[in-house]
Amino acid sequence: MIDLIQLAIPVLLKGLWVTAALTFVSVLIGFNLGLGLALMRLSPNRLLSGFAKYYSNVFRGTPLLVQIFLFYYGLGQLPLIKDNAALWWVISDGARCAVLALALNTAAYTSEILRGGLMSVPVGLVEAAQACGMSRMLRFRRIEFPLAIRQALPAYGNELILVVKGTSLASTITVLEITGYAKRLMSQTFAIFEIFAIAGVLYLVINLLLIAIIRVVERFLMRHEAPAN
Amino acid sequence: MEFGLWQVWEAGWVTAILRGASITILVGLVSMAAGLVIGIVCGLIKWARIFPLSLLVDAYTSLVRGMPELLIIYLLFFSSVEFVTKVVTAFGYAGVAESGYAFVIAVIAIGAISGAYSTEVVRGALGAIPNGHIEAARALGLPGGRIFRRIIAPQMLRIAVPGINNVWQTTIKDTALVSVVGLQELMRISFIGANSTRHPFIFYLIAAVVYLLITLVSQAGFDGIERLLRLRTRKAV
Repeated sequence: MIDLIQLAIPVLLKGLWVTAALTFVSVLIGFNLGLGLALMRLSPNRLLSGFAKYYSNVFRGTPLLVQIFLFYYGLGQLPLIKDNAALWWVISDGARCAVLALALNTAAYTSEILRGGLMSVPVGLVEAAQACGMSRMLRFRRIEFPLAIRQALPAYGNELILVVKGTSLASTITVLEITGYAKRLMSQTFAIFEIFAIAGVLYLVINLLLIAIIRVVERFLMRHEAPAN
Repeated sequence: MEFGLWQVWEAGWVTAILRGASITILVGLVSMAAGLVIGIVCGLIKWARIFPLSLLVDAYTSLVRGMPELLIIYLLFFSSVEFVTKVVTAFGYAGVAESGYAFVIAVIAIGAISGAYSTEVVRGALGAIPNGHIEAARALGLPGGRIFRRIIAPQMLRIAVPGINNVWQTTIKDTALVSVVGLQELMRISFIGANSTRHPFIFYLIAAVVYLLITLVSQAGFDGIERLLRLRTRKAV
């Protein structure tokens, strides 16, 4: 029993770093893509907003597992991808492919969250910024984005946790992260519940850590509302 | 070498995919129903803060919602597979039970996950019912059961519909994960098709389209339910 735990913990900790790396890179790419998609969705250009709308509906309407399989097994079959060195580099490796799928998937959800935030910015504030002669870029940076992110942060925290949970699907395409190692250990040692408990605790630790970070950021962004002391 | 929709049709994959899709919908519906029962019971416990039970419910929802669905499925599958095969072979039903067993595991796993999310939705909806309504019903001397049936339940259902819609969409997508334990639903059929024909692209594309159709149709259904349940408020003139 103790032997088993001593055996399992270092293996699962190795997986923890892979899970963390997958999450970090996917969120980094996914957030920026999502922001771009949210802006496209709100733009008066029908083509851009239509594309963003369909993109988010398609990615939110299909399971992440299908997306991962489609990218990993499906795209490699297309000559267009096979002959392109850069695309092939992304698709041919399980981890890179999982990051691609996770990033595109979270971008769809992020775009909906940020769109909600951007839409909640009072028109009067934007008009006031225009009246002050702010350029579009400056207006976005100083007025719209800070207000939108404040509104969107709690929902985005939930999305981050969904990404962490989503990284477990990378184990289906040969990436050994927490769930991948846990599955392997479960079938090797038959100590199903112990392995599950350790892996579960690792996920809970990541999630609690993320929630704590989001809280700190939220408090920082809402510092004007903090009680004076 | 050309392999397209026509070849998928000719080789008879269409019926297999449709059968898989119907199993996906069946797993989704049964798990969702189980999840709703769990959600209403646990939601009421959480809302009413019934002391020792509410702690258990808190633990259940935060643990299940904080862990990957795949890990939960592996736990249920691996921990029961040995036991069940032993029991089933002892009774001489080794072959028959194979497919039914995967279905049961799938429903338990997806139902438990869906139940945790439903609990939060139900609790939120219960919290949104104005306290005055319940106090007024008490003041009228209505018994507890009738307060629930006439005052709490109708309002809760109306408020919970958008949340239930979200849970349903997640649930139907989560059913794809049970393909890893071998249940022959849409994802598993696509996997088998992709491997046996060596044309994964078209099979996963078809799977994606079928899932998209399922979610789009259910979205339209929920929009209809929401319209139906909307209070007929007088419009301002």
